[in-house]
Amino acid sequence: MAKRIDVSGLTAYYGSHKAIEDISMTVEPRSVTAFIGPSGCGKSTFLRTLNRMHEVTPGGRVEGKVLLDDENLYASGVDPVAVRRTVGMVFQRPNPFPTMSIYDNVAAGLRLNGNYKKSQLNDIVEKSLRGANLWNEVKDRLNKPGSGLSGGQQQRLCIARAIAVEPDVLLMDEPCSALDPISTLAIEDLIGELKERFTIVIVTHNMQQAARVSDRTAFFNLAAVGQPGKLIEIDETERIFSNPSVQATEDYISGRFG
Amino acid sequence: MATTAHSEVPPPKGPAIETTKTKNKVRPGDRVFLGLSRGSGITLLVIMAAIAAFLTYRAALAISKDEGNFFTTFEWNPAGDPPVFGIAVLAFGTVVSSIIAMVIAVPVAVGIALFISHYAPRKLAAPLAYVVDLLAAVPSIIYGLWGAIFLVPYLGGLNKWLDQYMGWTYIFDKSSPGVARNLFTVGILLAIMILPIITNVTREVFLQVPRMHEEAALALGATRWEVIRMSVLPFGRSGIISASMLGLGRALGETMAVAVVLSPSFLISGHLLDPGGGTFAQNIAAKFNEADEFGRDALIASGLVLFVITLLVNGAARMIIARRKEYSGANA
Repeated sequence: MAKRIDVSGLTAYYGSHKAIEDISMTVEPRSVTAFIGPSGCGKSTFLRTLNRMHEVTPGGRVEGKVLLDDENLYASGVDPVAVRRTVGMVFQRPNPFPTMSIYDNVAAGLRLNGNYKKSQLNDIVEKSLRGANLWNEVKDRLNKPGSGLSGGQQQRLCIARAIAVEPDVLLMDEPCSALDPISTLAIEDLIGELKERFTIVIVTHNMQQAARVSDRTAFFNLAAVGQPGKLIEIDETERIFSNPSVQATEDYISGRFG
Repeated sequence: MATTAHSEVPPPKGPAIETTKTKNKVRPGDRVFLGLSRGSGITLLVIMAAIAAFLTYRAALAISKDEGNFFTTFEWNPAGDPPVFGIAVLAFGTVVSSIIAMVIAVPVAVGIALFISHYAPRKLAAPLAYVVDLLAAVPSIIYGLWGAIFLVPYLGGLNKWLDQYMGWTYIFDKSSPGVARNLFTVGILLAIMILPIITNVTREVFLQVPRMHEEAALALGATRWEVIRMSVLPFGRSGIISASMLGLGRALGETMAVAVVLSPSFLISGHLLDPGGGTFAQNIAAKFNEADEFGRDALIASGLVLFVITLLVNGAARMIIARRKEYSGANA
């Protein structure tokens, strides 16, 4: 189920502004790849091109190829809605549907995808909540609104919602930046478990987090404000944090920059 | 830390006195503004109380001399001997025409609002919103004239068609002949009149749906319609209800347009296409000038009932909104 992502020559625009330029990389299945870099370097934009969310922003467009195994997400005739059903996403701020119960939140994606029997739905909801390490905390109040949970619980609810549809890839856009350290730890542990089943890409501002959770790390940078962001290097996380091959990476990691 | 230390150690004399002074000192600007805003609030209450007292007093005068039952009589003859008048027909006509208006206007308004906020390209959305605003600026007498001159003859054909093919529904069975000066036409006209306000308010609410709620649905692979169903409509629900109530308030109280279009009669008929019927506001407008002192009191009594109906409707709407508060988007 987990699939390899192969990006080549990807450039993304907001209107006439070029946000990222000529990015190529491979993301291995069943691994965690972290994107780091200074603010505005385009790492979130790049993440959003991987499930075609970039183009929902007015003026957003993309050139280049993103292969999911052998399928180009940007080939003509590919439906972006279908892409997003196989590439799940978790956002910076927890965003459970406020009008839905915890149960309905997790079932939301399934209900979009087709008809499930009540018993099937119950099983998948439980499995997903267990998968997101949330089941024990919410099993007695599945019919209560999801917005009544704490921030960390809401974020795990969003993860449960994303994995309920068994996506090929799970994208996470700074999933812990709005959470306290304990909730952050819970999410990081969860990421470690989820990579057994999914291909995970995570954007983070926290370099310790990248070092803790990821197998490979990509460093993005931009030459100056207004210039497009570029991929500087991608390598084994251990190597990026100990002996990167580009000077800019070392400067950023050691805090001499950004 | 700093505050704890401060409370434990008594501060030096000089600054301490100064602090207490500034704490209790009321600045003239504050005092003036407080007086102004408090005065406005009190004035509003006084005006409301005065209106309520006036309405109730005059209404009581009239109702106490009414020889018929004020609530069930199908007649309006306060000048007769004995005086007989009742609001049954008016209440029926007001409520039915407003229901027709709401049934037509709310779905159309929500549709227009969704189109402007989520479907239309930006170049089209702005002028369209402007046109809707313009619709709200047309005086109601113009709507009335347009309704009487254009809508009534035009709807004659529709009435005939409804009678022929939908007559089995009872409400569309036209039992007495005549032009379309009926409650159905009034309802349609009212729908057009309340459309702009409902559209504008719901559009504003739809535009305020947090981006992250919509992206949550998009990221799950929702189509545009599914995004609207999962994120936009639930978030806008209380706004749609509030907007509808604003529209309903206008429909219940609309006077001129109804007075021009309807051919009034003191009859209650479930056949919406039959000419006749009446509404509170239309009845007051039609009879006020010729009424004597007592007749005017009787009309005021009917106005009081309209006032109470409007209050009840608003109260019900507030309850519906409050009941769903737990699920509202406010805490997300």
